[in-house]
Parts: sequence; C-alpha cells; structure tokens
Amino acid sequence: MDTNGHMQHAAPSGDTAKADNDAKMRRYWQRNLRYMVVLLGIWFVAGYVLSIFFVNQLNAIHLGGFPLGFWFAQQGSIYIFVLLILAYFILMDRLDKEFDVHE
Amino acid sequence: MSIMTWTYIIVGASFALYLSIAWMSRVKDTKGFYVAGGNVPALANGMATGADWMSAASFISMSGIISFMGYAGCMYLMGWTGGYVLLALLLAPYLRKFGKFTVPDFVGDRYYSKAARTVALICAIFVSLTYVAGQMRGVGIVFSRFLEVDVNTGVYIGMAIVFFYAALGGMKGITWTQVAQYGVLIFAFLVPAVAISLKITGNPIPQLGLGGSIVEGKDAGQFLLTALDRIGTDLGFAAYTTGFTGPGAKPMLDVLAITMCLMVGTAGLPHVIVRFYTVPSVRAARISAFYALLFISILYTTAPAVAAFARYNMVDSLNGVAYKSAPSWFTNWQKTGLIAWIDKNGDGIINYSYGPAFTGKLAFTGQDGQYGQPLIKNEPTTNKNELYVDNDIMVLANPEIANLPAWVVALVAAGGLAAALSTASGLLLVISSSVSHDLYFRMINPQASEKTQLLLGRIMIGVAVCVAGYFGVNPPGFVAQVVALAFGLASSSFFPIIVLGIFWKRTSREGAIAGMIAGMGFTLLYIIQTKFMGVAPWFLGISPEGIGTVGMVINFIATVAVTMMTPPPPAHIQDLVENVRIPRGAGQAAAAH
Repeated sequence: MDTNGHMQHAAPSGDTAKADNDAKMRRYWQRNLRYMVVLLGIWFVAGYVLSIFFVNQLNAIHLGGFPLGFWFAQQGSIYIFVLLILAYFILMDRLDKEFDVHE
Repeated sequence: MSIMTWTYIIVGASFALYLSIAWMSRVKDTKGFYVAGGNVPALANGMATGADWMSAASFISMSGIISFMGYAGCMYLMGWTGGYVLLALLLAPYLRKFGKFTVPDFVGDRYYSKAARTVALICAIFVSLTYVAGQMRGVGIVFSRFLEVDVNTGVYIGMAIVFFYAALGGMKGITWTQVAQYGVLIFAFLVPAVAISLKITGNPIPQLGLGGSIVEGKDAGQFLLTALDRIGTDLGFAAYTTGFTGPGAKPMLDVLAITMCLMVGTAGLPHVIVRFYTVPSVRAARISAFYALLFISILYTTAPAVAAFARYNMVDSLNGVAYKSAPSWFTNWQKTGLIAWIDKNGDGIINYSYGPAFTGKLAFTGQDGQYGQPLIKNEPTTNKNELYVDNDIMVLANPEIANLPAWVVALVAAGGLAAALSTASGLLLVISSSVSHDLYFRMINPQASEKTQLLLGRIMIGVAVCVAGYFGVNPPGFVAQVVALAFGLASSSFFPIIVLGIFWKRTSREGAIAGMIAGMGFTLLYIIQTKFMGVAPWFLGISPEGIGTVGMVINFIATVAVTMMTPPPPAHIQDLVENVRIPRGAGQAAAAH
C-alpha cells in the first residue's frame, strides 16, 4: 500500500520536474541561438560587407598608410574573428553556469 | 658558415626534437592513437591545431599568392581564419559533447545509417588525400632548394619522417610534436618578417609596417601601399589595394564564392574537426578554438605584410636590372626551376610586366645564353614580360632577397618543413582512422581487438604516405590550388549535414545522404571539368576554387527537400540531438564507446 501510494504521489511530480527541466533547456538553447546569430551577424559584416562588398568605397578613407577597405580585408577582419570566438566563449561560460549545465 | 651548413644544423635539430617527442609519447591503445586519450590541455590543443592547420600552403605559398594578387589575396586570409568562427560557434562544442573518434562516427550515428557513414567515410578520405598531396609537394620544394637534392628525393625524405612519427605516436604523438612544430614555424615566419619590415619601413612590427612608409631608396617617404599601387599600374598590373578592376583582377562574385568556400571548408575539414575530440570538455573545446585562431592569426596577419614587402623587394631588385648584375638569390633559385628569365628584346635587361612570359610548363634546354642565363624550351609570348617567378618561392627566397644572414634562410627552411610535416601527419591520421576505425572496426569486424585495430591503423598510415608521396612527385597544380580543391569538397559534403544534424532535429538520414551526394557530386564534376578537361567555368564564371560554395548550397537544399519527403528520425536520435546541445556530461561520451 505504502509503495503504491508513494508511486502515485511521485509520478506527477516527476513529470512536472521533467517538464520544468525541458522548458529550462529550451530557454538555454534559445539564448545560445541568440548569441550565435548576433555574433555571426558581426562575422558577416566584417568579412563580407566591409571587406568585399564595399572595399573600393572604403578605400577612399585612409588609416595612416592603409586604405581602410584593404585594411579590413587583409588585417581587421582577422582581429575581429579572434575577438568573436573569445566573446562566444565568455558568453557561453556564463550561460552554462546560469542554467547549471556546466561540467 | 654557409646557408647549407646552417640548414643541416637547424633542420637536423628540429627533426631530432620531433622524433624524440614522438618516441616519448608513443601509444598502446586506440583512444590514445585516435584522440590522444581525450585529455590534451586547451592551450596545447590550440597550438597543435594551429600547426595542423598552417600547412605548406599557408607558410610557403600563401604570401606568394597574395604578393601577386594584391587585394584579392584577402580571400585566403579571411577564408582560412573566418572558418574558425563557424567552427567555434556551430560545430566544435557539439561534436565534443558527442565525443567519438571521427567525423564519419558522428555522421553514421546521427543519421542512423551505414550508408551515411560510408558516404562520409569516402568524403573524409578523398578530402584528406587531396589535401595531403599538396603538403608533400611543399616538403619536396623546401628540401630541393636547401639540401640541393631533386624535388622527388625531397618528397621521399619527407615521407619517411612523417611515417615514423605518425605511426609510432598516433594522435598523441602528433599532438605533442605539433606543439613543437608550431613554435618552430611561427618563429621561422616572424624572424625574417620583422627584419624585412624594419629594413623597408623602419617599423619592427610587420602588421604596422604594412601601413608604414618606405625609409630608403627612390621611393623613400612614400607609403609602402601607395608605392605598390603605383608600381603595379606602371607595369600594367591592377592596383595592389583595389578590388575587382584592372588586368587579372577577380570579379566580386568570385572573391565572394572563394572566401565563403574556404571558410565553410575550414569548418568541414576532418583533420580540424577531429582536433576538438582531443580536449577534455565542451568548455575546453570552445576555448581551444579561440587559442587556435589566436595562434593562427599571428601568422595570418603577418603574411599580407610579408607579401607586400616581397613584392616591393622583387620588383625593386629585378625590374630594369641587367641580368649580369642581377642579385645572387635570383641565380641561386634558377637551379630549382621555379624562376626564369627569357630575354625577348635581346637587351640583356630584365623587364617585368603583366602577363605570362611564355606558354606551357617551364622547361630548360640545359644550355646557357649569352649573358649566362639558362635557356628555356618554351615558346615566348608576345607581351613584354620576360620574367617568370613561381608563387611558391616568395617566402622561401624572401630572406635572400632582403640579404638576411644565412641562419635566417636556414630557419625558414625548418619552418616550412614544420608546417608541411605537421599538417601531413594530421591528415594521415584522419585517413588511417577512417579506414581502420570507421571502415574496419565499425563496419566489417566490430569484434576486432585493440591490437589488431592499432596494427591496421599503422599499416594504413604507411599506405596513405605512399599515395601522398605519389601525388607529391606528380603534382596536379600549385600547392595552394590543390589545397583549395580539398576545401571545395569539404564544404560541399560535411559542413551542411553536420550543422543541420545539430540545429535541425528533423533532418533525416535520407536527406543527409542525398545532400552529401548532390553537393559533392556537383562540386567534383565542376572541378574535374574545369581543372582537368579544359572546360571554361560555366556557372556564373565562378572559378573551381570557389565552386564549393555552390555545392554547399545544393547540399543544404537537397538535404532539406529530401528530409521533408521522408519520415523524421527515430526518438532516440532526436534525444541524441537534444543531448549534444547540453554541455554537461561530455566526459563519459568517449569512454562509453
């Protein structure tokens, strides 16, 4: 009797906990996707918009001895790429801890 | 001491270092052999990834290509670094959480299918073999110039060395050897770059020197890039810093396609992806992607500076100079058959301008002309250009062009070898584990003992070395171009289905198989047509190096379309996808295998 009672009691609360956890993981995943989209947006602007689409227009502006478009294409974009990965690492590290899914 | 003596000392010392590391980290189990035991520290993994990544193409060819291309060289720079952003955000953490040994492992398990595993397996072997061929050629070129042996003999020496440490240490040996090789190659790249930057612009930091002004000579006081723009247009080339216009310039669409193809290909290359299986956790996978790109960017932001310095130096020291008073590096390099002069107007002066100097592949007659120049068999072209310089020699000859001491020249040789050998060893391991793990163990004989698997893995490295050596002796093109083809195949096969496999639970096995076949089939067909059968690039004029971008789009479309027409994956696969999205618990995945 005791076992049955316990089981009847435990089943719904287990389901709730699982549903809670699923909802939490969905929120975790949504946040991860949002970070990703923003960072990949910057990646696209640095690598394609500034370095390829508008290179000749930006070359009219000079940064010391560098035409700006050329600088983005052969230098600046690479620095930005490095920073993007660092930013993702830091953001995800915080997110993992907030949602308690870190290792 | 002479260049030769220095080369023997420095190259000999660096090889002794690699071989002793390989001996100390030799392995006895498959986990050590395939993924270095899965406990490489993130910083070391970043360095190893950097060395694995920066190949003969990056070290030897890339600066040369940028030097000739000017602005458009950005597609190599951005392509080969920007891919790490995709890798770090879209692939690395999830593949680490999944935690098996190889890329076909992920594809096979995620798409619950032997057929998918087989297609992935064929792609992995094909991509790696194409790529490794370029590396062996690079090794041959370095040996031929610095040890004064035949290019082919150089390839054989390289084969023997790489076989020894890849077969002995597996992934573990390779990883620690690559850490040492990173040190050698980055030092070797930076020393001459700093010296040349200082000499031309007075600024020791090449990244700043590129934007600096010239300190001596007839162009003193001008910005280096302004001078290059002017010299280029004077000789009939496109302006150095301008995109898409002028003789030989690539159209915007092509630059776009090639950049994208190299980025996506970077993220899909099996020997890079497998690196993220070797770290202990998801967090470590994310941070090691950062370290990897940081270490890579040191070379990749220096390379465009080296390219500009080399171009300036070359034109300055050769154009309009009488052959008799040509600098010694010019005559030295003629022996390798990578540089030539054809006196079209009979004035004894080297004239450099836009266009090929002659038709066909360079061949010498063996006789000398009236100024002592080796004569060539090729038919001269009608343009004014009399000079042929192979892209591949720009970095290697650079210290000589700038009159740096002999030990720097030797150091560059050691760096070039480190770059080529580290990449070759990483690729050989992918080929070997694809056959011994994915094909033999997972598909033919799942009961195979550790010992049998290890033996087969080592035999496969031997076979792969021989195939790579064959392509090294009979190269299908420039080092960097051959490598570029591997990227086309990687971007059109793996990248889309791995990304969809993680971010779209619904993706079905039928979709993935159709996507890989359609994407890779198209890319392969286009490359064979345009590279080997002489067909003109027919798809919007996109060159074969960039066609992988189109192949990738085809792969995405085919995968999604076929997925919508087929049943969704079973529940346990959807759970697996949910599971790889959460970092916790990555430690067990590889162990459970």
